[in-house]
Amino acid sequence: MRQERILLAHGSGGTMMRELIEDVFVHDFSDELLTGLDDAASLDIPAGRLAFSTDTYVVNPLFFPGGDIGRLAVCGTVNDVCTAGATPLYLSVGFVLEEGFPIEDLRRILVSMRDSAAEAGVHIVTGDTKVVEKGHGDGVYVNTAGVGVIPEGRTLSASHCTPGDKVLLSGTLGDHGIAVISTREGLSFETDIRTDAAPLNAMVAAVLEAAPGTRCFRDPTRGGLASTLNELASASGVSITVTETDVPVHRQVRGACEMLGYDVFQVANEGKMVAVVPADEAKPALAAMHGSPYGEDAAIVGEVAEGPPGKVYVHTAFGAKRIMDMLVGEQLPRIC
Amino acid sequence: MDLDGFRDPGVARSVIQAIHDTATSPVKLMEVCGTHTVAIAKHGLREVMPETITLLSGPGCPVCVTSNSDIDTAIEFGKQPDVIVTTFGDMMKVPGSYSSLSQEKADGRDIRVVYSPLDALDIAEKNAEAHVVFIGVGFETTVPVIASAIQQAGRRGIENFSVFSAHKTVPEALRALVDDPDVAVGGFILPGHVSTIIGLEPYRFLAEEYGVPSVITGFEPVDVLQGVYMLAKQVAEGRAEVEVAYTRAVPPEGNPAAVAKMNEVFEPCNAEWRGIGVIPGTGLSIREEYARYDALVRVPVTPPEPKEVKGCQCGEVLRGVTLPFECKLFGRACTPEHPVGPCMVSSEGSCAAYYRYTDYGKSP
Amino acid sequence: MCLAIPARVISLEDQNMAEVDIMGVSRHVSLDLVPEAHEDDYVLVHAGFAIQVVDEQYAEETLELLKELDIADIELEALEPEGT
Repeated sequence: MRQERILLAHGSGGTMMRELIEDVFVHDFSDELLTGLDDAASLDIPAGRLAFSTDTYVVNPLFFPGGDIGRLAVCGTVNDVCTAGATPLYLSVGFVLEEGFPIEDLRRILVSMRDSAAEAGVHIVTGDTKVVEKGHGDGVYVNTAGVGVIPEGRTLSASHCTPGDKVLLSGTLGDHGIAVISTREGLSFETDIRTDAAPLNAMVAAVLEAAPGTRCFRDPTRGGLASTLNELASASGVSITVTETDVPVHRQVRGACEMLGYDVFQVANEGKMVAVVPADEAKPALAAMHGSPYGEDAAIVGEVAEGPPGKVYVHTAFGAKRIMDMLVGEQLPRIC
Repeated sequence: MDLDGFRDPGVARSVIQAIHDTATSPVKLMEVCGTHTVAIAKHGLREVMPETITLLSGPGCPVCVTSNSDIDTAIEFGKQPDVIVTTFGDMMKVPGSYSSLSQEKADGRDIRVVYSPLDALDIAEKNAEAHVVFIGVGFETTVPVIASAIQQAGRRGIENFSVFSAHKTVPEALRALVDDPDVAVGGFILPGHVSTIIGLEPYRFLAEEYGVPSVITGFEPVDVLQGVYMLAKQVAEGRAEVEVAYTRAVPPEGNPAAVAKMNEVFEPCNAEWRGIGVIPGTGLSIREEYARYDALVRVPVTPPEPKEVKGCQCGEVLRGVTLPFECKLFGRACTPEHPVGPCMVSSEGSCAAYYRYTDYGKSP
Repeated sequence: MCLAIPARVISLEDQNMAEVDIMGVSRHVSLDLVPEAHEDDYVLVHAGFAIQVVDEQYAEETLELLKELDIADIELEALEPEGT
């Protein structure tokens, strides 16, 4: 691969594209199931129902403390697949590259994807790439789609939350959102906070083993915990109350949120799971989270109740109750 | 220094009890700072008040009170070629007569959110071929910051930078409130951070001319409770004074160096408060000597004819005459997703605070 | 218009700037409005500027008094500044 930057020719289907696929994608992904020669991958799947998820990643900046768009793309889809209670197996990747994008940066992203996939135990089996003219893309957009298999007899659903259930959170809130924003122009501050992007399938499997009655999982990505809990409360027609003092948040994340006027409940996370679990299985579920390297700070943060349906409340430190509302638009730093 | 005590529920309980013991007759207390509106809503402080105390929100959100035509002007700057508009995040979603900065950005205008005007100076340095306009909103907490930024632009030789001053000052607005026959306030929770700059003196008239108690209050939950307690105590004891609850941050003289800088760069003028009208002497314009940093001089624009939305009751809400959920549009035509007026869209507008943190007026 | 948070001054820099710490997050702010601030002082930070020095003693005294409020009806006049 001689070029240093992506050219339009790399997307045109000719020899340069072949070279890009062979020497860069296939080489860097180094996945035994990915040959780059077939248009479709033929795969073995164990018995069970198929779980299938897709997501497209347009994050800016592409590289941020602790991670990059590649790790997000692999972990995000792995995590979405496992919220269905499935074992994630295979991923496809689709790239839209902007003309002029440095090949070295592309390789960094691919290696990151390879390593994340290896950690999650999933295979990248097929992919596609296109190139757009300079100015028509943000460096790179990545789509990943993932399939997994749900064992017979298991049905997790957001509509299964039942009054009396406990709400578990696998770790500290807000790390990803704050890590990304610390690099933005005009908002810079220094922090040790790194993205929490991580594949959580092993942890989810452990929780399901310890707490087979688990109703559902959700990863609180865009919109943060607030969006996730509001979706669950609506889907199940129940209310959820979170106890503010039980929610784990890194001190630095609190500091950054205070400085910018952000609500930590609305900040994005990329390596966390919310699990709704029957009360009598909450302790074993929590122990299973604690046993995972990504669940050390897990906590029981709330409870499901009858209603009013669709409402999410925060029990504040002063014993008062207020609503945990969903994000409208994006959070912007404020001075008021 | 351990400031966590000002969030300590145990300390809070002590103050709450004292409020209940002291507030034996009904009184309406008004806070005039959007940050207080949010603090009260977020920590559920209304719920712990005795029945005798009503907490009203006043026109303390400088974003909410920015006139339609000022927002229209900010938008016009964004439409000029080679102009980069920089603004605090608060202003982005506030609707003007026809559009908002956020909508304009979606339409491709170069509009950037910054946390500090110093970030706008950096943008100006990095983009020599463009002119950076900074949208200056805020009360006296923020004005000295902008004044310093303008002076720093001078020292750094940054010529492609100017400020659109839509700033406002608080004390005379308070006078307009107490003069207003519709507004019946028994005491003011005064803005702690405006006061950290201007000190006590500018509020004296409340006690001496109008006999209205006031307390300069901080923003942590315990701070707000302390402010309410001290007001309840003044009322119970028949006193009308200007007191300081927020002693750790407000010396009686405020920050004279900051006030001096403010006066070096700005001078008072009249200002239009959205929903209220013109309040004389509450605006700030950039002095002649600094005209080259005045966006109205450097980038002349003609905003369109301003237009108010029918049915919007922001003006009454801002004066505490109508509670947010009493507005006919609240929760129906006017929600954070499609706001009609600034009270709903600003992150600390009264309506937004009610909508986000309480059940009032929301359809089931 | 009031979002300002306490931060500890870590070090003074030239051009009237300082590095401050907010619960482990560090940022550079201007001391133009509070030129007398020293290292280890706490300042209120608003929009990238320190706008006031926070008085630790007043902070402690206030908390002590508030904790006692429900035990005895202690006058808060002790905290009122001279000449009020």
